[in-house]
Amino acid sequence: MNLFDYTRPASVAEAIAAAQAPGAAYLGAGTNLLDLMKGGVVTPARLVDVTRLPGLDRIEFLDDGGVRIGALVRNSDLAHDPRFAKTYPAVAEALLAGASAQLRNAATAAGNLMQRTRCPYFADATSPCNKRAPGSGCAAIGGATRLHAVLGWSEHCIATNPSDFCVPLAAFDAVVEIEGAGGRRAVALVDFHRLPGDAPERETDLAPGELIVAVRLPPEAAGFSAHARYLKVRDRTSYAFAVVSAAAGLRLNGDRIGEARLALGGVALKPWRAREAEHLLAGQAPDPDVFRKAADAALAGAKPSGEANVFKIELARRILVRALTLAAAGTPERLPALPASPFAAPFAVPSPSPAGAAHG
Amino acid sequence: MIPLRLTVNGTVREVLLEDPRVTLLDLLRERLHLTGSKKGCDRGQCGACTVLVDGRRINACLALAVSLDGASVTTIEGLADGDALHPVQAAFITHDGFQCGFCTPGQIMSAVGLITEGQAGTDPERIREGMSGNLCRCGAYAGISEAVLAAQGAGDGAAIREDAA
Amino acid sequence: MAEIALTSAPQRARHGSSMGQPLTRRDGPLKVTGRATFAADNVADGTLHAALCVARIARGRVTHLDVAAAEAHPGVVAVMTPDNAPALAQHPDDKPHGFIFRLDLLQDSAVRYANQPIAVVIAETLEAATEGARLLSPRYEAETPRIGLDAEPPFTPPGIGVGQPPEETHGDVEAGLAAASRRIAATYETPAQYHNAMEPHAAVASWDGDRLTLHTPSQGMSMAQGRLAGLFGIAPENIRIESPFLGGGFGSKGLISGPQILACMAARLVGRPVKLVLARAQMYGPVGHRAETRQSFRLGADDAGKLTALEHETLTASSRFDDFFEPAGGVSHTLYASPAIAVRHQAVRVDTGTPLFMRAPGEASGSVALESAIDEMALACGMDPLEFRLANYAEVEPISGKPFSSKALRECYTRGAEHFGWSARPRAPRQTRDANGLLVGWGMGTATFPALMFEAQAKAELRADGTGLIETGAHDMGQGAWTALGQIAADGLGIGLDRLTFRMGSSDLPNAGIAGGSAHTATAGGAIHAAGQAVIAQLADLATNDSASPLYGAGNAGFVARDGRLFRRDDESRSEAYSDILARAGRASLTATGKASTDPAAAKTYAMHAHGAVFAEVKVDPDLGQIRVTRLVGAFAAGRIVNPRLVTSQYYGGMIWGMSFALHEHAAMDARTGRFLNDNLGEYHVPVNADTPAMEAILVHEDDAHVNALGIKGVGEIGITGSAGAIANAVWHATGIRVREIPITLDKLLG
Repeated sequence: MNLFDYTRPASVAEAIAAAQAPGAAYLGAGTNLLDLMKGGVVTPARLVDVTRLPGLDRIEFLDDGGVRIGALVRNSDLAHDPRFAKTYPAVAEALLAGASAQLRNAATAAGNLMQRTRCPYFADATSPCNKRAPGSGCAAIGGATRLHAVLGWSEHCIATNPSDFCVPLAAFDAVVEIEGAGGRRAVALVDFHRLPGDAPERETDLAPGELIVAVRLPPEAAGFSAHARYLKVRDRTSYAFAVVSAAAGLRLNGDRIGEARLALGGVALKPWRAREAEHLLAGQAPDPDVFRKAADAALAGAKPSGEANVFKIELARRILVRALTLAAAGTPERLPALPASPFAAPFAVPSPSPAGAAHG
Repeated sequence: MIPLRLTVNGTVREVLLEDPRVTLLDLLRERLHLTGSKKGCDRGQCGACTVLVDGRRINACLALAVSLDGASVTTIEGLADGDALHPVQAAFITHDGFQCGFCTPGQIMSAVGLITEGQAGTDPERIREGMSGNLCRCGAYAGISEAVLAAQGAGDGAAIREDAA
Repeated sequence: MAEIALTSAPQRARHGSSMGQPLTRRDGPLKVTGRATFAADNVADGTLHAALCVARIARGRVTHLDVAAAEAHPGVVAVMTPDNAPALAQHPDDKPHGFIFRLDLLQDSAVRYANQPIAVVIAETLEAATEGARLLSPRYEAETPRIGLDAEPPFTPPGIGVGQPPEETHGDVEAGLAAASRRIAATYETPAQYHNAMEPHAAVASWDGDRLTLHTPSQGMSMAQGRLAGLFGIAPENIRIESPFLGGGFGSKGLISGPQILACMAARLVGRPVKLVLARAQMYGPVGHRAETRQSFRLGADDAGKLTALEHETLTASSRFDDFFEPAGGVSHTLYASPAIAVRHQAVRVDTGTPLFMRAPGEASGSVALESAIDEMALACGMDPLEFRLANYAEVEPISGKPFSSKALRECYTRGAEHFGWSARPRAPRQTRDANGLLVGWGMGTATFPALMFEAQAKAELRADGTGLIETGAHDMGQGAWTALGQIAADGLGIGLDRLTFRMGSSDLPNAGIAGGSAHTATAGGAIHAAGQAVIAQLADLATNDSASPLYGAGNAGFVARDGRLFRRDDESRSEAYSDILARAGRASLTATGKASTDPAAAKTYAMHAHGAVFAEVKVDPDLGQIRVTRLVGAFAAGRIVNPRLVTSQYYGGMIWGMSFALHEHAAMDARTGRFLNDNLGEYHVPVNADTPAMEAILVHEDDAHVNALGIKGVGEIGITGSAGAIANAVWHATGIRVREIPITLDKLLG
């Protein structure tokens, strides 16, 4: 890890001032930043420790029915906040599907938004990577691409965003509150992360020195609490990044879908909101045919970024159908033992003998 | 020099750090000579370095020591009460929840954290999920889960394996 | 000193014999309190930290290292490169005898694989050493690496594994295939895997003149001592290796690796103690791995489902510069009866580190392929997989024709199948779903691993106070040597464990050989037993020649040593306490040595293997492909069981490795650069706790009078075999999809 200047400001204003220095980076829990520094992927000249900034570690349920999540709220505290989990079950499920208990105890809400791609070529400081070293090329193209993007990629970068948390946040119109030298502003989460285009080094909407101070969910987000799920397909049962994931929320009007929210994870460099699919679902009965059509619409623009990720397009369709099916069935009373897992159902029940099992 | 004050296993430790890069894990191991916490990956991917910071389990390898000024840290060395093992430690022995023992301090600290968090209770599946941040290459997971169950007063932990047959 | 201070008595000890008891681990209290000292836990003031700089190309040479930048970093003491590395007495590529591997010890600028050490930075702090290594910013003259099994035309290596013949045949395979009424041909691939012991290789080295003290994890201290002695040109007895605990080895610590020796060189360069611990990524290259294989089968069977031919051809890879060829075909020598068997191995050379033994070398890779092929053949014959295996049960070792020294495999099949409920299995695939709609599949595999013996020595001492001492330089990498060998030691001396001092884990003790090949308990235990017997024989001599002893003149009757007393074998009412015998003889203590090794006569006469049967249930999401193993039942027969608690844990661990083999492990490498894409524990997946199924290990009783004096076969590796194949077969049974490229991942099941 490179030598750096360490500073621990006492206020947001001081932090922002300290971060104006070239090469400065904000240090939250450090679960991603220190990992990258140890790999020599990033070499900040200054770390501005924001972990003690006052007032940023609160979950505020707002009078308008929304919620404001302070930038420093730890992932596990948010997921286990009873009111938050009850109101935003898909968000809680996504949080608990991410990383490990130890990492969730440390990692912050803002840090989750800022986590970098898991593309192995990005993580290898000696490989060409337009994101890490602009103009050097993309080593992933033509390389090992099983987990790379199928939506929104460019010839300059085919990486994906690894966040679970951000997927339901995108679905439920979360807003990122940002403070910088020029004052405070807000940006929709779906606009916060950027697609690679020809400048994959610009990953978010943040200007240099700007600091995330909160993430807000608008009042409408609470309207999906009865039918909201997050589902994540992984290469092992836990402690693995998503191959593909999906957040689905439904507001039902009698036997019809009043409004649907859908987003995919693991498919693009940003959490992928599927608005066309949502429009298709509105007003329809929640049945498998409808779900399949919506999934087809969501993936209409998909194309593999390598032979090895062709399967992700079909997998993404299927996970959308499943997430919608689960959401339609209703949010479970308690978060499942294996959050967001296809194996979320209680696993300790006796395995049925073939004689007594349904044949299908 | 960065002055740092930590309470480690109940004892206040004042440290002058000449280098801000020192992680909590390296501080414990190389400077305070508390080598019970292990370094298996140094990247938050194995859990061998799990300690409690202000009562919560975290990966000590991904925390800068300077950032934790004022915190209270509990390591494996601080768990037993003299010669009397903590119930989780005793349960790991009884249930053979380890082989080589390298991941064991992290497993045990993680189990103590898990029990404190109160989310898993005696549901074997929640215990397995809650302990999934601690890799064990020897594959002692059955014993680990049994030990966690047993330490919570759920008998001998046999519920974990009852559905094998 | 390598001796355990017991802080609590092992639980469930009963009076009398120690062997066979399910004692808890004697090192348990140390391990659960953080006081078990692994190599990197040796911290002493004045010790410097070293960090490796490793190559980021796979083939070529280093043209520049920015030594000045590293040296300018605060805290950096020295940079060791080929320009200033201490001279060695022997080139590390020399092979003065057979069982020695080439090492990269900064002799020149050549790069032979990615992650090869190319420099070492030594500093006052770990932080400075690590950053110093980064600041070296190597530049290279890179050549295009050759990677993968199709890198070049294959050749037949002169020997595979530890020198077994690459081809073994019996009968006429073509004739057998021609005579068959059913035939299958199938090719399976297994990937490169890395041991990834939780403890990274570590070394704390210090020199006192020409004497070296080295704290480092080792599965073979004596061989390490010999290697170091050759390289540094010093006598082996001038080298002391301390290895009381290994944080897992799995073969990667069997032979001392280059980085561990670089720590010794660094300490010599700077004249101070040096600690070097590998970063996780640096364990992908210089410390060995399990090589990839491509295994092609042709099988034929007659109308009764009896094999008429079995052909097993393996293609594997070794490094460009050294020889280790994965002996994957070995399982086909021994497992199924067939009038015609042909086993062949070929290899290519690639630009990777040299592969090495990894838990169940050969058998693990071979078993997953063979058990899959056997399942495919059973299906082709319209037979249940268990029925088919029983129809082809080998009553004698198929190629050699030797009888088995013991083989309780039939009982393993029976008991495993009963516990699992195998008889309810529908024959056809994709027939069963659980209440949640998940596909359910059942599969099985046969487990097998040879019962080996190496060479070991031990020393025993009986003291007048009734206590005893056993010393042997054994290694505990998690299998439980401190406990199991302690049990053998206590019984060997005929005393309780509470009266025993047991020392191991240091090269100053008698050579206990190598902890590998699942042979350590049998070999080191055999030496301990022999030493105990020798000292008891001395004691008996004293007693039978002493007219004051109740045992006087009973020399021909033979004795039983138990609880600190010597009993007449034919009349246990006549006995005497050790302390009384020694006191009258005026002896403070008696000492003796013992050794153990292969009995050549038994090895010539018998085939000696452990066996088992593993049954697996998996669930697969029918749409998303995600796989979970939900039940694993293994029944194993491995001769005498010294400690059933520890043996059960070994089987569980092996079965989880089998699951890992079938579903998870895969070292991904960019074929263009030869660099790894997942040289970490986040993306090189091994199972986590949530992957762990409900498990059962059944210990099937087996007596073996031939395998060695104690009748022990070894249990450390057999659990992987059978399990990986059982899981692969269960995935097929759940889905109807036969995945022949291991690991089986969800993308391969989407249809």
